[in-house]
Order: sequence, then C-alpha cells, then structure tokens
Amino acid sequence: MYEFEYQKPSSLSEAASAIKSADDGSLLAGGQTLLPTMKQRLASPSDLVDLSGVPGLSGISVVDGNVVIGAMTTHAAVAASADVKSNIAGLAKLAGCIGDPQVRHRGTIGGSIANNDPAADYPGACLGLGATIVTNNREISADDFFVGLFETALDDGEIITAVRFPIPEKSDYSKFAQPASRFSLVGAFVAKTSNGARVAITGAGQAGVFRVPAMESALNGDFSAASVGSISLPSDDLNSDIHGSADYRAHLVTVMAKRAVDGCG
Amino acid sequence: MNATGIGAAVKRKEDFRFLTGQGTYTDDINRPGQAYAYILRSPLAHANIKNIDTTAAKAADGVLAVFIGDDMAADGVGGIPCGWGVNNKDGSAMAEPAHPALAQGKVRYVGDQVAIVIAETYTQAKDAAETISVDYEELPAVINMEAALAGGPLVHDDAPGNMSYDWGLGDLDAVNEGFKNATQVSKIDIVNNRLIPNAMEPRAGIGEYDTATGEYTLYTTTQNPHVIRLLMGAFVLNIPEHKLRIVSPDVGGGFGSKIFHYAEEAILTWAAGKIQRPIKWTAERSDAFISDAHGRDHITHAELAMDADGKFLALKVSTKANMGAYLSTFATSVPTYLYGTLLAGVYSTPAVYVEVKSVFTNTVPVDAYRGAGRPEASYLLERLVDRAARETGHSQVDLRRKNFIPNDAFPYQTPVALAYDSGDYNASLDEALKRADVVGFEARKAESERNGKRRGLGYSTYIEACGIAPSAVAGALGARAGLYESANVRVHPTGSVTVYTGSHSTGQGHETAFAQLVSDTLGVSLESVDIVHGDTNKVQFGMGTYGSRSLAVGGEALMKALNKITDKAGKIAAHCLEASEADIEFKDGQFSVAGTDKSMAFSDVALTAYVPHNFPHETLEPGLEENAFYDPANFTFPGGCHICEVEIDPDTGTVSVENFVAVDDVGRVINPMIVEGQVHGGVAQGIGQALLEGCIYDESGQLTTGSFMDYTMPRADNIPNMDVGNTVTLCAHNSLGVKGCGEVGAIGSPPAVINAIVDSLWGLGVRDIAMPATPQKIWQAIATAQTSQAAE
Amino acid sequence: MPITVSMTVNGKAVTGEIEPRTLLVQFIRENLKLTGTHVGCDTSQCGACVVHIDGTSVKSCTTLAVQVDGADVHTIESLADGDTLHPMQEAFRENHGLQCGFCTPGMVMSAVDLVKENPDPSEQEIREWLEGNLCRCTGYHNIVKSIKAGAAAMRG
Repeated sequence: MYEFEYQKPSSLSEAASAIKSADDGSLLAGGQTLLPTMKQRLASPSDLVDLSGVPGLSGISVVDGNVVIGAMTTHAAVAASADVKSNIAGLAKLAGCIGDPQVRHRGTIGGSIANNDPAADYPGACLGLGATIVTNNREISADDFFVGLFETALDDGEIITAVRFPIPEKSDYSKFAQPASRFSLVGAFVAKTSNGARVAITGAGQAGVFRVPAMESALNGDFSAASVGSISLPSDDLNSDIHGSADYRAHLVTVMAKRAVDGCG
Repeated sequence: MNATGIGAAVKRKEDFRFLTGQGTYTDDINRPGQAYAYILRSPLAHANIKNIDTTAAKAADGVLAVFIGDDMAADGVGGIPCGWGVNNKDGSAMAEPAHPALAQGKVRYVGDQVAIVIAETYTQAKDAAETISVDYEELPAVINMEAALAGGPLVHDDAPGNMSYDWGLGDLDAVNEGFKNATQVSKIDIVNNRLIPNAMEPRAGIGEYDTATGEYTLYTTTQNPHVIRLLMGAFVLNIPEHKLRIVSPDVGGGFGSKIFHYAEEAILTWAAGKIQRPIKWTAERSDAFISDAHGRDHITHAELAMDADGKFLALKVSTKANMGAYLSTFATSVPTYLYGTLLAGVYSTPAVYVEVKSVFTNTVPVDAYRGAGRPEASYLLERLVDRAARETGHSQVDLRRKNFIPNDAFPYQTPVALAYDSGDYNASLDEALKRADVVGFEARKAESERNGKRRGLGYSTYIEACGIAPSAVAGALGARAGLYESANVRVHPTGSVTVYTGSHSTGQGHETAFAQLVSDTLGVSLESVDIVHGDTNKVQFGMGTYGSRSLAVGGEALMKALNKITDKAGKIAAHCLEASEADIEFKDGQFSVAGTDKSMAFSDVALTAYVPHNFPHETLEPGLEENAFYDPANFTFPGGCHICEVEIDPDTGTVSVENFVAVDDVGRVINPMIVEGQVHGGVAQGIGQALLEGCIYDESGQLTTGSFMDYTMPRADNIPNMDVGNTVTLCAHNSLGVKGCGEVGAIGSPPAVINAIVDSLWGLGVRDIAMPATPQKIWQAIATAQTSQAAE
Repeated sequence: MPITVSMTVNGKAVTGEIEPRTLLVQFIRENLKLTGTHVGCDTSQCGACVVHIDGTSVKSCTTLAVQVDGADVHTIESLADGDTLHPMQEAFRENHGLQCGFCTPGMVMSAVDLVKENPDPSEQEIREWLEGNLCRCTGYHNIVKSIKAGAAAMRG
C-alpha cells in the first residue's frame, strides 16, 4: 500500500470539504474493496476520508412504503434486518450472499454501489427494485446511477448518504457465484412492483448491471418462471473470462432469472 | 494396548500451542537488528535483461542494499541444483540448464527473481523496488508444451527442442506383442491439470550471519532442513555444514511445495553475509502464486490392450510433462520414477511401456505436489480402466476384479520396476462397495432424475509407492542423495525422553505419532516425550518429510534407535538386578528378572545410567542415548478404493459431491485420528483438482489464475463429509508394518470424481470431461453432446 | 505522517505511532508482537487473520489500524484462560480440527463469532459461514465437526 493522509471527519459537511480539498482522495466506507485494491498497489489515493465518524449514515428504517438504508450500513446488518426481511426478502437474501461473513461485517451498501463493480451484488438490487440513491447533494434514480464499468453518476466528492428502496410486492435474488472469488458470475434480481416487474442482472454485462426489458414485459403478462424461461439473451454484450464464456453467462441469465422468479413465491 | 501407544487415537501434543496462537512459524520470528527484503520479480515470461539500474533504489529511504544477478555471479555463487538426474532412452544424460538464483541476462518466467532490495522496513524495500529500472528486451514466450516441442522459442539455448529428457521404461516389444494379440483396445487422451499448491503459510525466510563465528543461519519454511543445508551449502553458496544452520520451525503446510531448495533461500543467506545483518523475507500470496513450484501438468495418450474376456494384455503410455522454466529440485523424478513405475497399478497387466518427454516452458517450475507423479498415474489408469469397462461392456467392479493382482501373487514384480510387497485389493473394494451403498445407487439416481438432476458413481482402485525410499534403488534411478532417515533417542536421567528426528512436520502430527512409538516401546507417558525436528544444529541428519515417508522411514529409524535403547537399558537392568541379560524381560516400563519378583522401573534404569556408581565400565558405558539410521529395503505400497457419488445440475453444470468413500490400506495404523485427518485433507485436494483448481496461463505467459480471486481453492461448502475406512495388510519389510497415509487421499480421489461425472453424463453422449470439471465445462459438454446427438 | 492510535487489545489498553497505511494485522503482529494472527493471502480471502472488533469477526488484513482507533479488539491469544482452552479451542483439539495450525486461529475466531450469532448451527450453516476461511490440510471435515461440538459446549 502506498502512503496516504488519513482523515476522519465528524460531519457530512466536513467530509465533503475534506474530499474536495484532497489532491486525489478516496472516501473510505467499509474498505472491503478499496483496501485490497490499495494493498495490490492498484489504487493510490492521496487521502482517505473515513466516513465512519460521520453520524447518521447507518441504520435501516421503513418510511412511506420505502426501506431506507444508510450508506454506512453493513451487509450483515441488512441481511439480518427484520424490516428488510419482511418487506424486501430479495434484498436481505442478496446482502447475505455478498462476500463472506467477515466481509459482510465491514462492507457497506454505500461503498459497494459507489464502486459499481460489474460483479458486485448490490447494483442488482438497486436496479431491480428501482431504488433511489440519496447523496449529500441530490437524489439519483438507480436507472440513472449505474453508468458503466466501475462508473456511476456520482460527481467527484459526492457522498452517498442512503439508498431508498420502494417496497415491492415480492422479490428474490438468484446468484451463480464465480467459483474462486465468489463474486457474481451472473446474478438475477427479480421484483414484482406496483409499477410492474423488474429484472436486473449483475455479473454478466460488459458495462455492469443491466435490466432485461423482454423478461420484464413477459413477467408483466404472466409472472411465472416459464415466461422468462424461453427468453435468452444475445451474448454479444456479455462478459467472457476463464470462469464463464459469454454464451455460458447468457444461458445462466435465463436460469438465474427463472430461479429468482420461482424464489419470489 | 498401551493407552498412548500404537493404535491409540490420542489427541495431538502440538495442538495447544497452535490453538492458542503460540505456534512459531518462520514469519513469527524476529532477529535483533533484522532488516527486510523485497524480491523484485520479472513481469515478463521471457526477456533478455539489457540493463538494470538500481541507482534510485539504492538511494531510497531506509534502503541498505540492492543486489542483482551480477553481484551474486561476482561472488562466485552457484546455480540452484537439480537433485535427480534422469537419462534419455539412449542412455545419454538429460539437459540440465543453469538456474541462477537471481536472473543473469535473461528472465524465463513471470516471477523469475531479478533483484533483492533490503531496507529497514518491508514497505521501504517494496517502495524502493518500484524505482528499479529494468531494460527488458521481450522475447517470444512458449507456454504450451506441444508448441514448445514443435519448434517453439527456446527457453534455454542448451536444451534443444525445449526438452530436458526423453525417457522410457518397460519392454516395448512385449507391449507390442500384447497389442498384436488384443481383441479389444481402449484409448484415452488425458490432461492432468496444473495445480498451485497453496499451503496456507506462505514461504518465508530469515538469513543471518554471525561475524564472530563465521556461521550462517537460515530460518526457512522447508520440509527438509538438512537437504537445504546440503544443496545450498555445497552447491550454491559453498558454506561447509558446520558453518551453516538451517532452522525450520512450525511449518504451515507444505504438500511438497516446501521440499525444494528455492532461490530466495540462497539469496537471503548470501545477502545476510554481505550486509552483516539478519534479513527477513516473507512471500505475499501473490509471490507464492508465481514462485512456489507448481504441480502436475501432464498431457498423455494411453492405450490398453485386452483379450476378449477383458483381461489386460498390455499398456502403452506416452506422456509430456511440463518442467516449467527451470529444473526444480526433484522435478525430473516426478514424471518418471514416481509416475512411470506406478503404471501397472493394482492390475496384473503383463507388459507396460511408458515414455515421457519433459518439456521446458516459460512458466513457473513444476515439481512434486501431494502425491507427485502417483496421482497422475492413478488418474490415467483409473480413467482408462473406467472407459475400458464401458467399451467392453463390463461393470466397473468386474473389470477391475478380473485384473487385480491376486493376494497369493505377493511379492509381485511389476513390469515397470517395482516389487509390491503386500496388498489385498478386493478387500478394500468390498469394504468401499458396502460403505458407498452401491446397491442403493439406482434408486438414488432415479430420485435425482425425478428432480431434473443427473447422478453418477465413480470408482478408483489405486496403488501408490511411498515411504521414499531405499537409497540403493533411488541412487540406481538417478537420485543424487540417499533416502534413509535418522533418529536419536536421548533418555534423560529421570526417564524423560527427547527424540531428535530427521523427519520434519508440516502439520501432520509427528510430535504425537512419534511420541506414541516411544510410549509404546519404553512404557513412558506421552507427556514425558518431546520430539525435536527442524533444526540442523539439534538434529544429527535427516531427509525430511515428503513422499509419505515420515512414519515408514523416520518412524522406523526411531524404532531402531528405541530398540538400541531397550537393549542397553536391559544390560543396565541386568547389572543392577544381578541377573543375566538373557533373563531380563521388559514390559510396561518395567525390567524384571524372569521367574522372580525382582524388577526395576525404566526411569530407575535411566537414572542409574547417568549415576553409574558401580558400572563395569569395560563392558557398560554410562549414559542412555542411541542413534540410528534406517534405509528401507523397498518402497511401501499403500492402496485402496475410492468411490464417489455426484449429482449434477444440468441447468448450470454444477457438480455436488453427494458421497465420498475412501477405503485405504496404509498398513498398520499408529494413530487412527491422524490417519483419518490425512485422508480427509488428501481427498479434499483431490476433489479440488477434479472440480475446482486449474492453473491457467495466457499466451504471453501471464498467470491468469494468480490469486485466490481466480484460482479456486476448495472451501468448506465445496467439500462433503467423507466416509473414511481402512483395510490392513502389513508392510512386509518394516518392523511396524506401516505404509504411509499422507498422499493416498490425493492419489485415489481425482479419478473417482471424474469417473462419477462421466458416469452421470455418459447417457447424454458425454465421453470425457477435463479437470477441473467446472460448471462451465460440464454445461458445455452437455450442450455439445446434445448438439452432436441431434445432428446424428 | 505517523499518527497515534489507541485501542484495547485482549483487555489491555495499547497505543502506537503508526503510518496510516498500517493494517490492523500488522499492528497486532509487528507492534504488539501477538503472532497468533496470521497472514495467508493478500486478497481478503483466506481468513487466517480473523480477529474480533467490538465482538464481531473481521479480517484484520482488510482493516486499517486507524479504523479501529478506540475499539475493543480480541485475538486468538485472548481465548484460553491460562491452560484452560476455550470450549471452541477444546472442540478443535478433541476433534482433530487442525493440522498445521496456520489457519486455525482465524478458524477458531470465526467459529466463536458464528456461535454467538447462531448458537446451534447446522452442518450446512457452518460450511457456509466458513466461506471466508480457507484450510488446505483438513478437508474441513473435522473443522465442521469441531465447530458443531464447540457450539454444543458453548451452549452448555
């Protein structure tokens, strides 16, 4: 790891000015992706601005038909939350299959979506539920938030404070893990919401998480595994690596989507 | 049976320190004044080094020294030696190119050592290393063995055709005759996938030089400290044994990968002398991936000739074995004497011929990994026999039984040099069939099919040769070392015992198993016995732990020394009890005079030995300490039967190991708890090879699977509970009757797993699946088979 | 620039002057000389470095020491009471849940945390919980058995 300056602001505004004034600063949430990257010397931020001292960034609440999760809430807390489990079962399940227990104890939802790793799980839930990402400046809909590979709509220095998930009728997440890293090779998040069905796929897309309109309209007609089972994606825009060719990923998208629909119950 | 003696499942003596965080692994050691080293490695698979500029690094914060290959060459440091010479078919010697510790003029694989940076802290050394400017002239790399043999770029100018040797074993004429008489022939093309050992403790070392005595010390994560002292002292650094101490404390797993003399060991020791300060180096896991010797990596074509009845007539095998970029310590022996000699398996095939070409490529050196050659042999044979059974219409069990070496044939001379001393292959098969509930398989399969899954059952009836080895045999086959073991038993005045063994432990539990031998023989408690290993200044000599040899060779050396102890103690007892030696009996720690009530405890004899107030010194020396070296008469031959049952989800290609039965004959069992644990670990590595682990290089020679993010290590949810049993035939040539258990799991299991997968998919038209059988490969195999069936 | 961190480790208050880039595992091993916590990888996967921070298992190789300023840290060295092993340690000893011992401290610390969350875990739950702990020696069979037994002993 290269040297850096460590700062631990005690308010959101201090954090915002700290990250703004840093040469090439990074926000530090749980650090479960950032720190390994820095250890490999693949990232060399001049400053780490640790958000753990900022009050009000973690916690889960149910407000006006939404589950609101503070950005610094750990995966373990989301997976164990009675509010999440009873309102958005698919989200609790998804949080429980990120990384391993120790990673889940420190990794946070804000950190995960800000990083937008194409093989991360949380972007699937955000997009699959039509979540809203709340920052210190504004609100961004998930449909606009995930821009591309490791790219988001966040401005430099913009800080995610919470994610607001509308409560769906039902939802589920089905993940096929990359065998070594256990990141998502293909993950399908399926939700039946008041505005129709949503299907979001992680792991497979070259540009990160994406929705599958064909599956969504099929589910709007008939919310059953059979209606997505006949829909297969072209493999052109899918990732291909030693763990899964684009064809295999395309096949898994259908299988995982089917299973997630089944899992919705 | 003594409650802590042979056969008792006593808890391990070493566990308290490991469980409380008090183990001492090499990286836990810190020496006064210690500096830290970073090894700069080649980022390219093949390149000429035109220049190395270390000016900035030398001037960087905290840096004490930077050395490159030229510095070592200027000091006359030798290359890393290979410990086993193998001859070509025509009798000529193998090609054995130089292997400099730090690259000289050329790098030959990603990970090759280029420079050592020594600084006050590790971070300073690593930071400084980034400022070293190496002017590489990149050369085309050769990664694939076929390409290397077919005129690919030369890895070494003095290894024409990229071949180290072209070796053969067996009677080719007899084999050809067998094929002429055959009515059925089964053939197979098979790849034994390259593996990365990944012991959980990364390699580490501390080099140290004592200016007062001129002594060098190297703390290192090795399985065989004396071997390192010999190889590094005599061949690389020219330091005589009495000025070179190797200490290998607790070792966090080895599985073969810590046998070899690694360049870092020589670099650290040499550099410590140069800067006259202790220097510590600890591999990061990323270093381990590109510098620990890899394992396996064979490509093989084999053909089995059978008569109309399915009797094996002849076997012909042609293998290419990857050596990587340099010949590692025992690399040359693995695909030859530890592989070719095992190709008779448990079968009475009268004629076998094997030829092996060993190939240089621009990859990390390949050497022994758990099983070393024998897993490659068992995988080949058991896959081929499985196929032969399917092609000839025999059941898996019947074809095997028909060809087993019968019990009355032992000692059995195979057509490939080995003489098996004992075995009962039907017994292990019968026991495994029972445990695996083979009778109920069809019902389970039907249930799986009702759930849209496929189910398969796979067999492996394997043998291995271990307890490595008789020096005479090894020497005749090209080993440049003896392969005996030594033990020293020091009985202290109050009857406690310290054993100095030349074996070492990488976690197997020798401190317990060896203490059980002492407890059993001398009647002393386990607590009063300490086993010392891993330090050349304490232990007389030794060859270390590998090849499942610790008990069969090291334990036998200990028994030999213990017998000398009881002989001498008997003499002392006879003297003290005023009886004739012939009348002295020893049982449960008491010497007694036959037919009398006169007796003397072992501890009293020990005390007398050191307080010899009235010894007849012309016939009885004071003291009670004995030394023994044991060189076995033969290898030992554990064997057994593994049966694996898998369920496959055809939608994703995922394999679930539903049941794994291992019935092994490892001879007499000293501690059944430890033996079971060894089998569990071996089987998990075998399942890992079969389903998960595969080392992949890209065309340019970059290691694609260079971290745990891409190299799939078996995790708890990949591995099933295992049903481990045993049958026993005693080793006929050692006193304990022991054979060795460290490798059987890894040798027997991979073919059982793959045969089970093939069994489950055979009906779909799948004929083969390559290791590791990842979900993607299985899905692809099913898809391809379905497409081609549809086309027919 | 070095900064000062203070925390409680195994019940003792400790302070150190460290570079911000110092990982918790480095602080524990190098500054505090508590070498029971091990480093087996550099990608946050092997779990040899698992310790408890404020009662929860985390990977000390993926945590900066400064991040736990003021926290209560427990390492493997704190589990046993003198010669008396913690029930989970005792269960590993009884069931041969360790061989080389290198992954063991992390395994045990992880297992203790599992039982805190789930006092009676099933075999499947144990295997899933161990996703972040690699062992190369035991094939996990006896580790799973040990954790079952350790959980039972901890339930009393």
